[in-house]
Amino acid sequence: MSALRESLGFLTSRLRQVGIFVALILIVLLFQGLTGGILLEPQNVTNLVVQNSYILILAIGMVMVIIAGHIDLSVGSVAGFVGAIAGVMIVHWGWPWWLAIPACLLVGALVGAWQGYWIAHVGIPAFIVTLAGMLIFRGLTLIVLKNQQITPFPAELRALGGGFLPDISGGTSVLEWLTVILGVGATLALLIQAVKERRIRKKFDLESEPTVWFVVKTAFIALLMLTITFLLASYRGTPIVLIVLAVLVIVYTALMNNSVFGRHTYAIGGNLHAAELSGIKTKAVTFRLFVNMGVLAALAGLVFTARLNSAQPAGGTGFELDAIAAAFIGGAAVTGGIGTVAGAMVGGLIMGVLNNGMSILGLGTDYQQLIKGLVLLLAVAFDIFNKNRSGGESILGKQFKRKTTPPPVPEKTTPAQSETVGANTK
Amino acid sequence: MNTPILQMRGITKTFPGVKALQDVTLDVNRGEVHAICGENGAGKSTLMKVLSGVYPHSSFEGDILFENEPCDFSSISDSEKRGIVIIHQELALSPFLSIAENIYLGNEQARNGWVDWRKTNLEASKLLARVGLSENPVTPVQHISVGKQQLVEIAKALSKEVKLLILDEPTAALNDEDSGHLLDLILHLKGQGVTSIIISHKLNEIRKVADAVTIIRDGKTIETLRLDEGQITQERIIRGMVGRDLESLYPDREPNIGEEVLRIEDWSVRHPQDFTRMVVNNASLNVRKGEVVGLAGLMGAGRTELAMSVFGRTYGTATSGKVFKYGQEINTGTVAGAIKHGIAYATEDRKHYGLNLIEDIKRNISMAALRKLVKGGWVDKNEETVVANGYRKSMNIKAPSVAAVTGKLSGGNQQKVVLSKWMFSDPDVLILDEPTRGIDVGAKFEIYTIIAKLAAEGKAVIVISSELPELLGICDRIYTLSAGHVTGEVPIAEASQETLMHYMTLEKE
Repeated sequence: MSALRESLGFLTSRLRQVGIFVALILIVLLFQGLTGGILLEPQNVTNLVVQNSYILILAIGMVMVIIAGHIDLSVGSVAGFVGAIAGVMIVHWGWPWWLAIPACLLVGALVGAWQGYWIAHVGIPAFIVTLAGMLIFRGLTLIVLKNQQITPFPAELRALGGGFLPDISGGTSVLEWLTVILGVGATLALLIQAVKERRIRKKFDLESEPTVWFVVKTAFIALLMLTITFLLASYRGTPIVLIVLAVLVIVYTALMNNSVFGRHTYAIGGNLHAAELSGIKTKAVTFRLFVNMGVLAALAGLVFTARLNSAQPAGGTGFELDAIAAAFIGGAAVTGGIGTVAGAMVGGLIMGVLNNGMSILGLGTDYQQLIKGLVLLLAVAFDIFNKNRSGGESILGKQFKRKTTPPPVPEKTTPAQSETVGANTK
Repeated sequence: MNTPILQMRGITKTFPGVKALQDVTLDVNRGEVHAICGENGAGKSTLMKVLSGVYPHSSFEGDILFENEPCDFSSISDSEKRGIVIIHQELALSPFLSIAENIYLGNEQARNGWVDWRKTNLEASKLLARVGLSENPVTPVQHISVGKQQLVEIAKALSKEVKLLILDEPTAALNDEDSGHLLDLILHLKGQGVTSIIISHKLNEIRKVADAVTIIRDGKTIETLRLDEGQITQERIIRGMVGRDLESLYPDREPNIGEEVLRIEDWSVRHPQDFTRMVVNNASLNVRKGEVVGLAGLMGAGRTELAMSVFGRTYGTATSGKVFKYGQEINTGTVAGAIKHGIAYATEDRKHYGLNLIEDIKRNISMAALRKLVKGGWVDKNEETVVANGYRKSMNIKAPSVAAVTGKLSGGNQQKVVLSKWMFSDPDVLILDEPTRGIDVGAKFEIYTIIAKLAAEGKAVIVISSELPELLGICDRIYTLSAGHVTGEVPIAEASQETLMHYMTLEKE
């Protein structure tokens, strides 16, 4: 009984993390029902992954930028611009894909360096710089493409967008066995890692998670991964872009948690002044964040172009908003310092499932946009209500408090001094 | 002349757990300039906030009589209606609006909801003439100096038909010339019948303008001195301001002082916005191994500015001077550079400049020296936890675990996290800015013990504090600063609150 109460207490203390997961499941179940089972058909699951891959790639870079307290509005235009460059390089100039892909990523890095320079070193707010970038790179896209699409691309590049890993059973089996091996392997690796980390946390007495909850959570995630593996394997196997995405998620999660760079990013977003006074080179970190965002935007542009098999003047329009929404639905804080790559991925999937489900139902883009907007608003509102309730700091809560009671301050403006006075009068 | 305009009787104001004001009495006569003196934290500003209605009538005990009528203000606008206007230390002007707009902010000269600009600017220039400011009223406030902005504040007060003008440390941010001009204006207004209350601890100013001085210490009225009775003398004011016993709140310590670790020579810093103001002026000081050196000074003396400008130029512009460590000149031009040279600075404002409040204890502790934890390119989180747990024990940080978020800790425990962060960066010199601000008595003793331990380990420690007893209790030597100058260097054996206060109020010509 007490174990149950303990678990419940833990769940409420982590309402946000649990909530978003539950929300994803509910949305999946809802559309599974509404679409009469089409949503979770193998082919549709594969589509879901491929369709959302470039938004998810953007969301990785975006959540990092948001954690540092900035924003990037230009990623859609940058993705379109790099798609156009890829078209020129591969189709017009005849460059091989293995040369064109690194070249395009380099272009992305240069774009990021350009924006990073204005933001970090000149000190213009990221909102302005990237709003300008949104216009600049859309303009350049149109100029490069001379307002016409470039097509077709060679099969090697198209594989990045819509290709699958080779079928080792030669198409004879019901299940695609390479996918099964990868999926089961990844699930096992995840289980081992989770148990190992829990053991370490226990060793240092940092574990706050009840055993019941740990088992349920881990088992659920494992089951989810195996289900997706099964669904993918019973269609055409593993999309190449999923491998790319998985590698990115693993690398960037590690980077944000365990590297000096990642930790400095959190420090800057959490308290810029404290970070500066702790010797963190805040400008260098900000600059690198935008270079990184540029590279990821370039990659997203390549994947998108490869999937469409054409570089289009309007390519990438609106991607930035989906990526930003994914990061915020995934729990990133508007004020910076809070957020995770994994959260942004779940946020991106929520948006993806909504898109996909509503398309199957035949809802027009009008209703799709309306509903997506409401979901974003509710997710962040839930965040703020939750923080207020638990007494944590939030912008809304602070302002509210400030208005109702004057701060308990005798002499200067720190509650500090009041205690000082108390000490002296004794 | 001796008719009272203001009588405050038995004012007691309590904040959760603390009596900020205790049975305070204040009598101000019509047409006089009345100074209120006291140390930082004595309760001067609280008293003025009570008077002006910042703290509503229901939140304190006692009576206020203004022009023989009782006052029960519930907000500033109530007190302004009666002609009591307070000008706060931090000016409340909107930098992008014009002088005239600022003067009539919240009191717009409007007809049917539309601002009458002719009248606004015309009336504003009349008011500017009264305060002796020859500026065009349409000039944006950010384009005039701080001294002139202060005059705009006074013009704004005059526009409200002020009878009692309260100035909270009006010259703290001004240079000498502007200060002189402001004081002349106060005397000029006195001639026009405006009564003023001026909060200040600059004794020469008080001697220049005040007809009466009320001294407040530890939230209580000590006495009111009157000029016509010949009571206003520097000695008497200082005695009143500091007169209390040293408390036995400090750990015993056997200083073991070695060679010089850090020397600062001819250090000068200009104000970041107002280049004509020298915030620190040719300051020189040193600190030795195992020594605790105090920096004493009143508000605006330049102590924090000195420390921060040495620590990676994090304050001020056009900084000049030299820093030597073990006799070698070092460059502390960036924070990272200063940390590399073994200097640590723990800020006076830990919430804004010291901690990442949304992050946990261990990540705050590792923030300044994260690279020490890197193994094979990645941060070793196990090692980080071990380190943080070590400090949690040795510093006695009270928290459920090192994964607790620092924003939810008490002030004392937050300060211990800040100190842990800097100890982990392994400094030779620690500059601690108001290390016990906002901390309860018990935790203060712990912080003092930590400082004593640091010195015993051979660190050189500089402590900046506004509490003189604290400096006398823990330091081996104390420098005093006044208006950016080092005005005194006092070995602890010769130091007393009176001598320190004497040097702290000394004005260098």
